[in-house]
Amino acid sequence: MALKRKSKQFKWHRKHLLGLRELSAEEITFILDTAKGFEQISTRSVKKAPPLRGKVVVNLFFEDSTRTRNSFALAASRLSADIIEFTKKTSSVSKGETLLDTARNLEAMGIDIVVIRHGAGGAPKLLGRNINACVINAGDGFCEHPTQGLLDVYTIRKIKGTLEGLKIAIVGDIAHSRVARSDMWAMTKLGAEVIFVGPPTLMPPQVDRLPVKVSYSLDEVIEKVDVINMLRIQFERLGGNPFPSIREYSHYFGLTVERMKRAKPDILVMHPGPINRGLEMESEVADGRNSVILEQVTNGLAVRMAVLFLVNQAAAQGD
Amino acid sequence: MKVILDSGQIEQVLKDLAGRILSSENPAEMDIAVIGIRSRGEVLAQRLSGRLSQKLGKDVPCGTLDITLYRDDLNSPHGTAQPLVRTTEIGFDIDDKIIILVDDVLYTGRSARAAMDALIDLGRPKAIRLAVLVDRLGRDLPIQADYAGCKTDVEPGKLVQVNLVESDGKDEVVIE
Repeated sequence: MALKRKSKQFKWHRKHLLGLRELSAEEITFILDTAKGFEQISTRSVKKAPPLRGKVVVNLFFEDSTRTRNSFALAASRLSADIIEFTKKTSSVSKGETLLDTARNLEAMGIDIVVIRHGAGGAPKLLGRNINACVINAGDGFCEHPTQGLLDVYTIRKIKGTLEGLKIAIVGDIAHSRVARSDMWAMTKLGAEVIFVGPPTLMPPQVDRLPVKVSYSLDEVIEKVDVINMLRIQFERLGGNPFPSIREYSHYFGLTVERMKRAKPDILVMHPGPINRGLEMESEVADGRNSVILEQVTNGLAVRMAVLFLVNQAAAQGD
Repeated sequence: MKVILDSGQIEQVLKDLAGRILSSENPAEMDIAVIGIRSRGEVLAQRLSGRLSQKLGKDVPCGTLDITLYRDDLNSPHGTAQPLVRTTEIGFDIDDKIIILVDDVLYTGRSARAAMDALIDLGRPKAIRLAVLVDRLGRDLPIQADYAGCKTDVEPGKLVQVNLVESDGKDEVVIE
């Protein structure tokens, strides 16, 4: 195997991961390359390595989550960090404490990394400006969910080799989806073409200003795309009546066995979870041979380990 | 820049190392594997396992170990270069094997310490032996090589650079 000596070494300098919009293609690629080295930790006899030994990670989740929260908790413990779980319902936030007070109190206990999910867009940025600890955005409002975007491009790159030149459809409730936004930034920066697909009522305002194409018909794009990412309909966020009925939505925008017959044979079917089976996609498709939904979850662990490692490195060596 | 080993001498050292490994380890229990530390150790391990396979008339497995996550200077503010995490590629079970751990230069002993910790997280070898091309004086830790090629004493601040055809285009060991 030939080795290449890097002429100019890239240096990661960010102690926060707030979003993918602000990252360069080089930075994104660096995270993905780093994540590759973390994959094997999860498959060997001792599923732990020491780089975050003695560090404390706080899972500061103001919204419900199982996948992301557990994935971060497991990633942190595989790197030998200690982890504090914080939930809104059982904390002083229910007594009226502000976000910054909560974070500063946690910081006073000597924490090193805050993983935050919050309903308000920009909450991670606010934290990053006001505390010394590293901040990782685990989803803020309708803005970004950077580690989901990273694990999506990691999964695609691992199977397809590159994002360059791929056509990727992101289907469903784009307006309420931070995943769609983080995906869009990561995928377009790495050279893919992104098409947002959904009913006009579920498109974000000023979608024409984003670096994507828009289609209101899944049938129109299904034959052309290399990857299709089916978003979850977020009933908890939907106001008004964005579509007449669930049946009608899934008739036009559901990924059915019938529609899959017209797709490319090697199309990758993705979903950020949790799936509304029978709504966004039929079970046969979710569990079918093109589905990489569980690989996404596995890869998410490696990507989150890489992000935890890199922000901690930047904090240790920077400033 | 001073050349301390040229390509002929490097081959001679590797031949010599292979010979010494075979005569020292118990041939009856010769369940042996070679693992190189990234990145120069990887190349040397491949060459060494080739020689051992030839002499033993059976395949001696070879793997690559990335020790970045086990380094002791990760959280040090004095760390300079970006630590690059790369993959560990060991396609065999290390349990109960004699592992010949290979690196290009043994100096402070810190890489060897990290490598041993990394290996033990992968399983329980019967033994770990350390084989190096260059044994440079100046240990920080109580670690010694079992099989050392050339020994050298270089003043602190200088670099012993091992160049190999596979990674650098030519074989030579220089002091910079």
